[in-house]
Amino acid sequence: MEKQAICTEKLTKFYGKARGIRELDLTVAPGEFFGFIGPNGAGKSTTIRTLLGLIHPNSGKARVLGLDPTGRERKEILKRIGYLPSDTALYTGLTVREILKLSADLRGKDCTGRAAELCERLQLDTAKKVENLSFGNRKKVGIVCALQHEPELLILDEPTGGLDPLMQHEFFCILQEANRKGVTVFLSSHVLSEIQRYCVRAAVIREGSIIACDSVEALSQTHARRVTLRGSLRKEMLPEAREWNELGGMVSFLYSGDVNELIRTLAREEISDLTIAEPDLEEIFLHFYGKGGEQA
Amino acid sequence: MTLIRHELRRAWKSLTIWTCAIGAFIVICLFMYPEMKSQTESISSLFSSMGAFSAAFGLDTLDFGTLKGFYGIECGNILGIGGALFAALAGISALAGEEKEGTAEFLLTHPLRRTEIVTRKLAAVLIQITALNLVVFLLAVGSIAAVGEAVPWKEIALLHLAFYLLQVELGCICLGISAFLWRGGLGIGLGLAIALYFVNIIANLTSRAEVLKYITPFGYADGAEILSKGAIHGTRLLAGAALAACGVTAAYLQYRRKDIR
Repeated sequence: MEKQAICTEKLTKFYGKARGIRELDLTVAPGEFFGFIGPNGAGKSTTIRTLLGLIHPNSGKARVLGLDPTGRERKEILKRIGYLPSDTALYTGLTVREILKLSADLRGKDCTGRAAELCERLQLDTAKKVENLSFGNRKKVGIVCALQHEPELLILDEPTGGLDPLMQHEFFCILQEANRKGVTVFLSSHVLSEIQRYCVRAAVIREGSIIACDSVEALSQTHARRVTLRGSLRKEMLPEAREWNELGGMVSFLYSGDVNELIRTLAREEISDLTIAEPDLEEIFLHFYGKGGEQA
Repeated sequence: MTLIRHELRRAWKSLTIWTCAIGAFIVICLFMYPEMKSQTESISSLFSSMGAFSAAFGLDTLDFGTLKGFYGIECGNILGIGGALFAALAGISALAGEEKEGTAEFLLTHPLRRTEIVTRKLAAVLIQITALNLVVFLLAVGSIAAVGEAVPWKEIALLHLAFYLLQVELGCICLGISAFLWRGGLGIGLGLAIALYFVNIIANLTSRAEVLKYITPFGYADGAEILSKGAIHGTRLLAGAALAACGVTAAYLQYRRKDIR
């Protein structure tokens, strides 16, 4: 537990009677680029807020960089991590430059050089007042605040919301550079393409519990296949087909039954076009949620 | 120091407005005093013969025709109520304001212990209260001298000290309440300050309610009593100090274990 960047054991948090997270076990190794996937309300932010010591768990243990976020070691943890919230709320009346300086001063560090470099890469105007910033630009301020002090661990909660595709690309370049230098990245997102493209390992959270945790490659490997065809196939011909869609003569479905049976059924029908492919992570994600966590 | 500086910067406009408003009212009142003084007899007899109303505001004890009496009633009420409202607002918004504006997450994910945050927020509130009172005191003394009256240093200093301590107490109590709130609490702060003011008026009306003077800070910051006795009521002041200590202790205990929303 001590050697992990993040480690939780049966971490549980309830808000009164409302479920936050339930007996959550999670391990992130130092230097990992780790994805944390789940829809709104699944418990992603509760997990992150518990790791940061913003909220206190009802039971279970959490360690961040080997330290306890609920006690006296919280300050040491916060010195060594960078956090980007999903909604970056900043003090109004201050300019971007003043916010960045405030953040650096609260850390007791001079981050002028790194902050200037990040602002340039993210095309952030530091003379603007916070209240005049768009959602995306506020997010950029949050990114610089999270990165300018060169932390060991980055905890990012829905980091790309509001960023245009070019900025998203630049942001992930910055993250990858940091990761190559040994920085651990914990990326919480419901944008599965981000997780699939950048993360090495990922955990899927559903209704407050981890339902799958593995390498992104392993999570993507499944017996299920996405079948797309043009023809007269009817659903009742393939009882094991799921997520059946028909549109403009095209039929698409997920199939995890016997492949021979699939081929025999298709051979009996008039098919003018056919593709059989591995489903992407998004489809697997939907499968996890549809089947209550049972692996495809 | 960074957080204290930041807090003071955020509070700068509010502090300036409240200081100017309270200071200006006191200056205006004092510049009206020479004219009031010429009508001393009729005003004094009018104010002291209003029965319960006179007792409620200490008009039966003080001579409105003297500078001390005039200052104790008019200026005392301005600084008493105005200062109390300011202190309550400063205290109540210190911790809860961060959550209301959504900035608590920003602040609490920087390497600061929660107890350090409470200490620095408290320090910022006390600095604001001290600054307001220093400026108002200097304006009051300057205005008394400007209208050609001798400055009754001891009485004025005692009055201002009492109002300063009243504000410190309210600021501390409101800071304690602030630690329990999630959505600001300006209404609670203002309501508490006004309620405590009226509690003192009730205590002035009947001797059976005198015990209430130990609950409200207006009990020891009563201009009429301070000027007539030449001292601040020690036991009531101690009770006030105990309430302030409770407020600060509650702020530390609650904020340490509070879930930030």
